[in-house]
Amino acid sequence: MISEPFVVEKARINQVSPITRVVFATAYSFIVALSYRFPALFTACFLSLLMVCLSGLNLFAVAKRLVVVNGLILIIWLILPLTYSGEPVLNIGPLTITRPGIILSAQITLKSNAILLAVIALISSMSLVTLGHALSHLRIPKKIVFLFLMTVRYIFVIENEYLRLVRAMKIRGFRPGTNIHTYKTYAYLIGMLFVRASARAQRVHKAMMCRGFKGKFYGLYKFSSTRLSWIFSTLMTASLIGLVFLEIVS
Amino acid sequence: MVIDGLDFNFYPGDHSGLIAPNGSGKTTFFHIIMGLIKPSYGKMEIFNKPVCKEDDFLNIRGKIGLLFQDADDQLFCPTVLEDVAFGPLNMGKSKEEAIEISRKTLDSLGLAGFEDRITYKLSGGEKRLVSLATVLSMKPEILLLDEPLTGLDTETRLKLIDILPNLDLSYILISHEIDFLTATTKHIYTMKDGKILLDDQSYIHKHEHVHQFGRIPHKHS
Repeated sequence: MISEPFVVEKARINQVSPITRVVFATAYSFIVALSYRFPALFTACFLSLLMVCLSGLNLFAVAKRLVVVNGLILIIWLILPLTYSGEPVLNIGPLTITRPGIILSAQITLKSNAILLAVIALISSMSLVTLGHALSHLRIPKKIVFLFLMTVRYIFVIENEYLRLVRAMKIRGFRPGTNIHTYKTYAYLIGMLFVRASARAQRVHKAMMCRGFKGKFYGLYKFSSTRLSWIFSTLMTASLIGLVFLEIVS
Repeated sequence: MVIDGLDFNFYPGDHSGLIAPNGSGKTTFFHIIMGLIKPSYGKMEIFNKPVCKEDDFLNIRGKIGLLFQDADDQLFCPTVLEDVAFGPLNMGKSKEEAIEISRKTLDSLGLAGFEDRITYKLSGGEKRLVSLATVLSMKPEILLLDEPLTGLDTETRLKLIDILPNLDLSYILISHEIDFLTATTKHIYTMKDGKILLDDQSYIHKHEHVHQFGRIPHKHS
């Protein structure tokens, strides 16, 4: 089942307005992505860890997510130091590990982990519906927000249809293998999902027409700014200025 | 041809049921009334006015509510409040009015406190009742219900049987369950060869049934 593992209603971070969280997560991600100096990157990692710890999320679930992403980063460590040109550090047979390659890999690792941790703490901790509403308040075009919310709404319905089809395959003894029968079956499964999604879309459109839909979408939710939101905004602004300072000065 | 030479009159206060085999055109009939399917020929008058173009149907869609067979087709907004308010907002109500109407409608169906619930996380029965709320919030004069009992447990079924006859509006109800139709409607129609037939008469009939201690002579109430 598709789930939102970091959404914990009672987590401290949920007392901060979702709009504030989206704004600062975006600004923070941009600044970290554009930083190259190690003092700034190490500070960013420390700040992101602090955000995760203070947000009240399940640290084990966060660590599990980090393992997945760092698995991909490991591939970068296997390729970049060996392929990037520059001052050699070590020779292993015909392969040469270069200093710029190691530096670039370290920068990518620190940036990715810092951004990922901050996004988990600030964005993944709110439900997708709340995120949609926050985006709508940030003047993101209404159609894009509605498309996002409709996707969130129906991805679960399509997932249920997918699970029903998979169950139907299993109870009739289907065992995937490396053969034409398996490929054909998976092609049917994907094809059937598209057909069902299309039929569903037509029915939903009819239901919308019946309820007077004229192409306009309305947002009803308002977010209030709490005291914690103001404290969070002040601390985040100071942190962002600090990161920019470290990047420019050091 | 699914529907052929169909002739049907419906008057204010009518509570009618429609029972017919699958594929006989019941849902198509509802979709034609709502203007979702265009008939190849024939005339239709709704609220004493002929309707044939899309503009004609736009005006009547606020007065006739259609409850779809699958609640997931009907509920497309992220939260219950937004879904119930969607109709009133389209009808030109202000946000405050739409929220007020939605809360009242949810209250009347025993769904107070459901406003901020996420629609895809509702149970089947809750989805069905919220779907009904989305239609009722538009304050229709006529309600078309397409198999409202599908996938419902006994408790929600009884709730619907309790709610429907007490609604101050006319409705046509499609169902395969004769007990449900007799409890909630005054006339029961059937469909055959694309036509609607009134089946109001009661017939004495016998059918086989199974239960414990069936050998002992007994009566059913």
